[in-house]
Amino acid sequence: MTEGAELFPGPDRDEAERILGRYPPEHRQSAVLPLLDLAQRRHGGWLPAAVVDAVGDYLGMPSMRVRELVTFYSMFHDRPVGRYLVQVCRTTPCWLRGSDEVLAAARQELGIAPGETTPDGDFTLIEVECLGACADAPVVQINDDFHERLDGGQIRAWIHAHRGPKEG
Amino acid sequence: MPKLSIDGTEVEVADRTTVLRACEQAGVEIPRFCFHERLSIAGNCRMCLVEQVGVPKPVASCAMPVTEGMQILTQSERVQAAREGVMEFLLVNHPLDCPICDQGGECDLQDQALYYGRVRSRFREAKRAVSDKDFGPLVKTVMTRCIHCTRCVRFMDEVAGVPELGTMGRGEDMEIVAALEGCLHSELAGNVVDLCPVGALTSKPYAFAARPWELSHTESVDVLDGTGSAIRIDARDGRVLRVLPRVNEDVNEEWIGDRSRHAVDGLAVRRLDQPWLRRNGAFEPVTWDVALATVATALQDAAPERTAALGGDLVGLEGMAALADLMRARGVASVDCRQDGGAFGSGEPASWRFNATIAGIDQADAILLVGTNPRREAPVINARIRKRWRATGIPIARIGPATDLTYPVTELGDGPDALAELARGAHPFVPVLGQARHPLIIVGSGALAREDGAVILGLARQVAEAADAAGTDWNGFSVLQRCAARAGGLELGVVPAEGGLDSRGMVAAANGGGLDFLYLLGADEIDPDAFRDTFTVYQGHHADRGARHADVLLPAAAYTEQEATYVNTEGRPQRARPAHPPPGDARPDWKIPVALAARMGTPLPYDSLAGLQRRIEAAHPHLAGVGQLPPPAPLTSFGDAAGELNGAPFAEVVPDYYRTCPISRASATMAACARAVADA
Amino acid sequence: MRDADRVFSNLDGTAAAGLAAARQRGDWDDTRALVRRGREAIQGTIRDSGLRGRGGAGFSTGLKWSFMPKEPAPGRPHYLIVNADESEPGTCKDREILRHEPHKLIEGTLLAGVGISAHTAYIYVRGEFEAERRCLEAAIAECYAAGLLGRDACGSGHDFDIHVHRGAGAYICGEETGLIESLEGKKGFPRLKPPFPASAGLWGYPTTVNNVETIAAVPAILRRGAPWFGGIGRPQNTGTKLFCLSGHVERPCTVEAEMGIPLRELIEQYGGGVRGGWDNLLAVIPGGSSTKVLPATACDNLQMDFDGLREAGSALGTAGVIVMDRTTDIVAAIARLSHFYWHESCGQCTPCREGTGWVSRIMDRFVAGEAAPSDLDTLESVCAQIEGHTICALGDAAAWPVQGLLTHFRDELEQRVAGSYRFLAA
Repeated sequence: MTEGAELFPGPDRDEAERILGRYPPEHRQSAVLPLLDLAQRRHGGWLPAAVVDAVGDYLGMPSMRVRELVTFYSMFHDRPVGRYLVQVCRTTPCWLRGSDEVLAAARQELGIAPGETTPDGDFTLIEVECLGACADAPVVQINDDFHERLDGGQIRAWIHAHRGPKEG
Repeated sequence: MPKLSIDGTEVEVADRTTVLRACEQAGVEIPRFCFHERLSIAGNCRMCLVEQVGVPKPVASCAMPVTEGMQILTQSERVQAAREGVMEFLLVNHPLDCPICDQGGECDLQDQALYYGRVRSRFREAKRAVSDKDFGPLVKTVMTRCIHCTRCVRFMDEVAGVPELGTMGRGEDMEIVAALEGCLHSELAGNVVDLCPVGALTSKPYAFAARPWELSHTESVDVLDGTGSAIRIDARDGRVLRVLPRVNEDVNEEWIGDRSRHAVDGLAVRRLDQPWLRRNGAFEPVTWDVALATVATALQDAAPERTAALGGDLVGLEGMAALADLMRARGVASVDCRQDGGAFGSGEPASWRFNATIAGIDQADAILLVGTNPRREAPVINARIRKRWRATGIPIARIGPATDLTYPVTELGDGPDALAELARGAHPFVPVLGQARHPLIIVGSGALAREDGAVILGLARQVAEAADAAGTDWNGFSVLQRCAARAGGLELGVVPAEGGLDSRGMVAAANGGGLDFLYLLGADEIDPDAFRDTFTVYQGHHADRGARHADVLLPAAAYTEQEATYVNTEGRPQRARPAHPPPGDARPDWKIPVALAARMGTPLPYDSLAGLQRRIEAAHPHLAGVGQLPPPAPLTSFGDAAGELNGAPFAEVVPDYYRTCPISRASATMAACARAVADA
Repeated sequence: MRDADRVFSNLDGTAAAGLAAARQRGDWDDTRALVRRGREAIQGTIRDSGLRGRGGAGFSTGLKWSFMPKEPAPGRPHYLIVNADESEPGTCKDREILRHEPHKLIEGTLLAGVGISAHTAYIYVRGEFEAERRCLEAAIAECYAAGLLGRDACGSGHDFDIHVHRGAGAYICGEETGLIESLEGKKGFPRLKPPFPASAGLWGYPTTVNNVETIAAVPAILRRGAPWFGGIGRPQNTGTKLFCLSGHVERPCTVEAEMGIPLRELIEQYGGGVRGGWDNLLAVIPGGSSTKVLPATACDNLQMDFDGLREAGSALGTAGVIVMDRTTDIVAAIARLSHFYWHESCGQCTPCREGTGWVSRIMDRFVAGEAAPSDLDTLESVCAQIEGHTICALGDAAAWPVQGLLTHFRDELEQRVAGSYRFLAA
């Protein structure tokens, strides 16, 4: 688990090296956020402790320093999340344009409260702070994608369309 | 030298001084929680805010460098308001549990709240509750009390070099956590308790034991390693409750190792508090009178050449001198203070001292470690090496087993062959040492306490000479003594006289039936089974290894119970002082040989501690300078560089940091630490 | 404003973002000549244009660049960091540049780099902007392929590299020293100042951190000249500016307008007006969440620039205009912002760590109508105890929206004191 080759197999190794190449060799630590992101993408959207420590070993950072980052930055998850991470923006510009309705619809459609994951492991619903797309409010980020100017019906439809047997 | 005004008073301070330091120099106290002189500046608590005239926001004085003409106000309304505001924020989520908090009475937060706290809280919310963490057997956590100053995190990162503490989460949810529950893998972890300005981190062994105002304080010196750290012994009712470091910039700054701090519960158990005599294979309690009579008879009956005496690792100068005087008066040549058989030049102080001095580490610009693991043998000295490395990144190399010393080390080999290579000048590290202005060669007992120790000593000296390590203002050849008694014994010359046996010789002689009488003065680090058939007197405070086959046990005071002088690895004499009297019938070390001599009708030429000390000082004038360094000793041609090496790797001489002596072996706390490390 | 004065002609993304389309818009037009003007000339033009930082604080860009050492000392490279960690509620302008006008940003980065003698720049993109990052990286790749970046960038003789660094979700990394810490692979704890980044920034080297919009405006200023940029708006408040209209406007959008445009014109011309008409306006947060809310009465003749908003008791900030109509629970709107700052406080220093949560909880009591009469005073003094006492400006930013609410909507708060208390107080 501690070898770079195992942590980032195959093409990820090249990607990791490419990321490291952005920083002077004496400042490998600078690559830690992008590398944690890469590792998280390859480990089902979350970071088990062993993976976190492996990233630390890869960069020569004490594991404590890396673990701190995982809990400091909101995009890292130290517990499993669903295949779809549904992040509903709750901050004022989105709220003014109906984020409450979007959240309520998502809750109802998924049958879970914010912070929870559906029993099938497909969806995790969370409320997040400003996503920086205020002119396109209300906004929901699902995995990497922004879904903008949503209403309750649209989020329901999206969930409905992505429910069920896993594709690929 | 910028000039600035502080509360209207003009002061001139050195360049790069911070406002907080300038205020201190001007006699103005600035409250602080996160700031600590020996840690990096965090600036996070905001308690030290002061007003700088012309600057709209208050400034954090701990981090702000002074500039010419700066006007600082520390007593203005704005400053008072800022401090009161910060204090309120610190208190809103701090529990009002001072009555059950061990920090009570010595708590910075409590003290400052007196000046800056509101009388009543207006915080109507639920206070934050933080789950406690397990930092191992020494550090108790009550994390709800934490004010997030991060001193503990910075200490572990910077000083201890064991980055096992950190902050999890962010904002209000930020918590201090340990990398591994149940253990901090540092020999200096106990210092975080002193650093914590509140009761979040307190001493686990001392939990609920006492309030600070109930304790007597005795300024003393630690003897559980060879560093000679300054300590304060806090005692109550004839019992040591805790040991805290004192500041001694030249020795321990303000740190002490965990054994020095926490082995003291061992002082209260397994004590010898009365004389014992072995009769028919079993010990029976006897009076001092009977015990002394028995020993006197046996000593008088034994031929001097079949008599030996061995001084242990925790014994002060006075006890060692009295025993040596007793033996010399009887013509006994076989006396030794080197239980481990360490090879040192005879009468050549440079061969056993840390000549560079501990503070000298701050100048070293290349370090070679020979057969030593300073992290285990002297953790405070190791921290000083780390400090030097952190400041300048000096090259450090080692000959000996590879272990984590908390700084990067170039491994040159695990035994004397590598040293021989260096001595031949063939090795790439030779020019590194040679180019250093202040090369430091630290030789430990892993290198010297072996059959070929004298050869290694000679080779190490040659390496130092080749690197020009010894000059008029610097002597980089430094022996790291790992126990408190050794340097003192060597200064006194407690080594075999012509024809006498050293400790290794005593073991061999005893095994061959060649010894009739052996006096062990607190000597527990030697295989006692060798002396099974020798009449053995054991004088000491614990019935430890040395007592196993002894015939008479004489109860003596421990270092917290008697005045005694200890010479640290630098050759610096320092005085330990009694925090309370010894238990039961135990007596100060020096008195017992004196009483024995009197009993034999050949009294020693002193009958008081002062008299004994005067005699020592007359013979060894530099030992009179308590607290002072000895005069520099030249690098004479000691050692036997031409002798034969046996090639075996240098041994790890302290396999278990927590248990090295009778006191630490009796300590439940130390046992718990050893277990925690083994389990982690 | 005249279309010809626009810097960002593809802000809405009608045209492609790629190099070919960007060249058609005038980007990368003889950049070599601009680079060859050299550091002093570039700094001078930017200084003379009156360009002030578009990230919120509004500090003179030319002056900021002048704090950098003249030439890099041996072994001490200079760095330019572009702050694309756009996270201030109400603000979504840099995002449009990243995805629709990346070449303006890249060209500006090169020119700004020359202006501070840097050969390397990092663009720190907020982690959530994954699509925007991809767009930016694609544009950078085009530039390398076309010789616009890298060794001898644009054939100018100046070597220049741009790296994209992705954040991971922390508003505090928008603070320039928090950003530097984050770029060094640490928690985004803002640094104590001094030292300032211009003397000891990224990895201890001289560093300038500029906002995306600031940097993206640089090529246009250099091409069209300082007098052109300085001639738009009024002195100290020059140029064009991106405004984000969010909340209760008919057509929320991000739009470029001249500095000082009246708020009403901005909303009505570009945002289709306030939902329900101008008279339905309750309040506006004019410059992103940290600027003080202004009631409708203050909005009629509000000039949207640094000085205009300062005189009105607020600030231009990022020019993220959050519009609230009369249906808005203004207390809840501000309480959501208090919650935001509580969530985003890094936890490093005491007043912000302990104060933001306290403020947020008191605000929640007002929202729920459960506040005590004393909560008004407590709210006011807790905000005052945070403001100005923290390491970075997040503490101030958390205090200001509540202070604005206290100034302009105190009666609204008083009505939220719990009924039982009001009865007792009567």
